[in-house]
Formats: sequence, C-alpha cells, structure tokens
Amino acid sequence: MKLKEIKEKLDLKVFSGESELDKEVIGGYTSDLLSDVMGHANEGQLWITLQTHKNVMGVASLKDLAGIILVKGFTPDADTVALSKSEGIPILGTEMEAFELSGKLYNLLN
Amino acid sequence: MRADLHIHTVLSPCGDIEMSPLAIINRAKERSLDIIGVTDHNSTLMAPIIKEIGEREGVYVLCGAEVTTIEEVHILAFVDGSKALTQLQEYLNRYLMKVPNNPDIFGYQLVVNESEEVLYQEENLLIGAIEQSLDEVERFVHSLGGIFIPAHIDKASNSLLSQLGFLPPDLSVDALEFSANCKVDSFIKNNAYLIGNSFICSSDAHYIEDVGRCSTLLEMNSISFESIKEAVKRSGLENLILT
Repeated sequence: MKLKEIKEKLDLKVFSGESELDKEVIGGYTSDLLSDVMGHANEGQLWITLQTHKNVMGVASLKDLAGIILVKGFTPDADTVALSKSEGIPILGTEMEAFELSGKLYNLLN
Repeated sequence: MRADLHIHTVLSPCGDIEMSPLAIINRAKERSLDIIGVTDHNSTLMAPIIKEIGEREGVYVLCGAEVTTIEEVHILAFVDGSKALTQLQEYLNRYLMKVPNNPDIFGYQLVVNESEEVLYQEENLLIGAIEQSLDEVERFVHSLGGIFIPAHIDKASNSLLSQLGFLPPDLSVDALEFSANCKVDSFIKNNAYLIGNSFICSSDAHYIEDVGRCSTLLEMNSISFESIKEAVKRSGLENLILT
C-alpha cells in the first residue's frame, strides 16, 4: 500500500517529506529503541515510535525505511525535519498511542 | 583539580573533525583543565593516543568510553592501565551490534595520531548499543577496578532517567553526571531521592570550543587513577563548576 493511502485512512499529519508519499509500504515496526530498529527493522517498513531526535532519521535512512510515524502528539526536532528532507524519508504523526496505531496499521496492511 | 570527564573525538561519528588529539589537549590546557576523560561511543581506541600527549603536556587523561547499554543508557566507563583498557575494548568489540556505518549520515569514525594521520577507520557503527545490560556493564567495569558513571542523567534521551525513569537502588554508581545545560537546582528539587549520591558535571564536547564548558572540581593531593576515583566518589553538588 502507498504511504499516501495510509496517511488518508489513518488521518495522519505530515511533518516533512510531503513529496515522498508515493512510497510503497510493505509493513511496520514498532519500537523506541534505536538499536532494536537498527538490528531488526526491514526495508520498506513504516517505523512507529515516540523518539523525536535526529538519530531516528539516521537509523531510518540506514535501514531504508518507508517513513516514520510519531505517536501521542510528539513532534520532530528541527534537525530531524531537516534530515528527513535531505534523506527523502517522510515523518508523519498522530495523537494515537503506539498500541492503537500499530493495530490499525496492521489491519490495513494485512 | 579541574576535570572534564566527558569528551568525544574524531572517532565518534558525531564528533567534529577538529576533535584531534593535539587540539583536545591544547584546548584542555587553555581551559585550565587538569584532568580530562576521553569517552568515544563504545570505543576506547583514541584514548591512549591522547593520554600520551597529555602526559607530555601536563594534562591527566582518563581512558575509557561512553558505553551504550542494551537499555540505551549512556555510561561513562574508565579503567586504569593498558591491560584493563584492552579488556574493555575486547568487551565492546564482542558485544557491540554489528551494523556498518554510513559516514554520509552519521559521520566518519577515525583513529588519528598526533599529526592527524588516519591510522584506522572503524567500519562498524559505534552509536549502536552493546548486548549487555546496565547491571552487566556495571559489574564488568567494576571487575576491572574501573569507574562507572551514568552520563547526562538530566537529558531526555539516552540517560538513566529517560530510559528507566529512576536510579535502580541496587545499581552501584561511582557518581552521576549532569550535562552542561542542566538546571541542577530544579533537577535536584524534582528528583530529591538522588541527594546523597555523588555528582560530576561534564561538557560532553563534540566540538573543540565546548571542551571544558563545564567541569568538576575534584579534591585530591596528587593525581592518579585511584585518587581520581576516590575524589569522584566524594564529589558533591558543591564541586560542580557549571559555567
């Protein structure tokens, strides 16, 4: 499913990378430990997290993730947004908690 | 003795390219630092090179690393002597997750000598976590006779308080570190249970101008690893030099 479609269906806010929403999403990964994501997330997945600092973007880029969704109304730091634009990986956001968002995304993709 | 025990070098991916051995020692002298700690992310490889220059220039260099535990808590770990330092490095090599660095995203990870010649480039990303818990790292560092200090406990990421929410009562710490920007008074007011611990304040410098931007006044008669360790364990809020 395209990221754009997920954005519409889950009513997600777009913080950065508006032009990159045509990306194909093949799954999701929910974790707040960067090292866990580094070790176990796969290319093309959407990453659900509450971490907002710029190393998040570094890890997303390293793993070729489709994008990041920040939960619980968290907003990305300014340098995270800058890196998101240069790496071409969108950051989206929601007021939902990780549990609820993960469940909804799981149902959408399966 | 004035000490800044948390300094990164060109080896840390986020460390500025200006953070070379000689530049760090020169800056430490300018800032009247008697003691510095070399603490790259999950690697000790630059520390002995800086120590050698420090010995010549009259700056005592504590050798160690800023270790990332599996909980992603940052810990300052220092050990005495080349044998223990090798053991610490082997421990980090063994347990650090194996993910290749991408220098375009994270920055280069270089070991350089005094003349700034590149001796080695670390291929494995150093900002990952090691597969060892806080307790395991504490036991290992202390088994080497080392110093164990949870780093920047006031920070919102990668600190003991951000990751666990509290200081576990059974964790044996030699001191707790504040970051340069910490409002110590209000922090202590909000975390009154921490009173009674020892505290230090360090720069966590990634850029040369930040070396010594805050420091700790360690009380001792002569400088040695053991006297620093004892002084760190006695260091109170009154020993912090925050500006």
